[in-house]
Amino acid sequence: MSILVYAEHNNAVLDKVTLSALAAAQQIGGDIDVLVAGKDCGAVAEEIAKAEGVGKVLLADNDAYAHQLGENVADLVAELAGDYSHVLAAATSVGKNFMPRVAAQLDVAQISDILGVESEDTFRRPIYAGNAIATVQSSDATRVITVRGTSFDPASGEGGSASVENIDIARDAGISSFVNEELAQSDRPDLGAAEIVISGGRAMGNGENFEILYRVADKLGAAVGASRAAVDAGFVPNDMQVGQTGKIVAPQLYMAVGISGAIQHLAGMKDSKVIVAINKDEEAPIFQVADYGLVADLFDAVPELEKHL
Amino acid sequence: MKVLVPIKRVIDYNVKVRVKADNSGVDLANVKMAMNPFCEIAVEEAVRLKEQGVASEIVAVTVGEKAAQEQLRTAMALGADRSILIETDQETESLEVAKALKAIVDREEPGLVILGKQAIDDDNNQTGQMLAALAGMPQGTFASEVNVEEGKVKVTREIDGGLQTLELNMPAVVTTDLRLNEPRYASLPNIMKAKKKQLDTLTPDELGVDFAPRVQTLKVEPPPEREAGITVESVEELVDKLKNEAKVL
Repeated sequence: MSILVYAEHNNAVLDKVTLSALAAAQQIGGDIDVLVAGKDCGAVAEEIAKAEGVGKVLLADNDAYAHQLGENVADLVAELAGDYSHVLAAATSVGKNFMPRVAAQLDVAQISDILGVESEDTFRRPIYAGNAIATVQSSDATRVITVRGTSFDPASGEGGSASVENIDIARDAGISSFVNEELAQSDRPDLGAAEIVISGGRAMGNGENFEILYRVADKLGAAVGASRAAVDAGFVPNDMQVGQTGKIVAPQLYMAVGISGAIQHLAGMKDSKVIVAINKDEEAPIFQVADYGLVADLFDAVPELEKHL
Repeated sequence: MKVLVPIKRVIDYNVKVRVKADNSGVDLANVKMAMNPFCEIAVEEAVRLKEQGVASEIVAVTVGEKAAQEQLRTAMALGADRSILIETDQETESLEVAKALKAIVDREEPGLVILGKQAIDDDNNQTGQMLAALAGMPQGTFASEVNVEEGKVKVTREIDGGLQTLELNMPAVVTTDLRLNEPRYASLPNIMKAKKKQLDTLTPDELGVDFAPRVQTLKVEPPPEREAGITVESVEELVDKLKNEAKVL
């Protein structure tokens, strides 16, 4: 077997979620190549070449891939896929965007968001917002798979010395173009990678009130998230949403503040090691998944928490 | 411009999902079914484009059992002009659905295809992208804003790091995210009117699509249960537990 793993990056640094996709590839077993597609992304290729278990890094450095346009990246990956039994990418907004195009071009199904590898053709994945786990077997010749990063302990980013091979394939479909990007600027850790996440819900009341969470987060080195209700209400931007259709997180400690615990939210955080809920409604469903529950007004409890840290 | 809106009948999002005792799947007997929430957002966006004078006709389409007519009627009550049921009793997979939709795209030649980014049953997030690939169209996935301007569509997308805006040639595929719009409710007069709107039924055979499954579900299990923990009385006790018991601070 031979596996192609798609590297996630911003042209400058590797996104660590790639190491989780690599770990899933190692569980499947076989030779593993990694594809780095982007523009001026040579440093990313050098970085992933050092990861454990990588046979070869393919570097496609071209304007067409600068912004990870799904049309162009899918054409490239589909062209390379013929040499592989499996194509893997992390289930990020990049992977989720282009991978189904690859599958369609290869005339195969895609297995989305896998949580576990049972064998080379059998995988576990969540359905119904994680309220059921399906074990599915693919009969396709090429398996196109997206990987839930939080379900696989990342492979080591060191110890390898793979060669980097430039591939000169420029696929510009010419049907889409990048206009602009508004990326969140934050000194706090990334939601997906943080050891501690503190999230606020509708009960925060407004965006300004999130300041009390930021202060706690800064003391703990935590990331700040939000429930869908808080994002829908416009308190905070979409990139902070934790849940079924937002970010999936599984930190060491997750603190849910003023979050009732709708199943869509639980789907995004219930694999956290320790869950704390602070809510003044003692009937809130979030308490059913919390290791430690505190029934209190968040506007009293959170500032007090900051003092005690 | 014609807008095609593929939709899906799924378990109502308020229903608590239960796994069958024999682990063959999820219990759907006597369970309330509804239009997938992301599909409602897609229908709403199409209706808004029509209200703005950008779209001239909205065609809703679904692939599924006969009962999915209900969801097509709902789409027409919300503003779709007519609808198409591609009827099959087989379990549907994204690739086959995308192929059936490609056949409808060839017949209807829409300027835009707007559909939900994922269905809340299988949570696959595939069909729109697969259709775009098969039809050779560009895609604007996870859209939070859609603007049609002179033969192009600008789509603002919710991505992991924030927002990204792309410009797509038309025809194009757009998949909807949560914050694209807030769907309206159907009014009673519109529900009555929808009963008289055109609903055509086709079979996969008529469209030349083979629905042979590629992926077999071996078993479906409930997720590991998380046990409820303890209630602490004060912030001080909470911090103490986190430091000394859970050891996460």
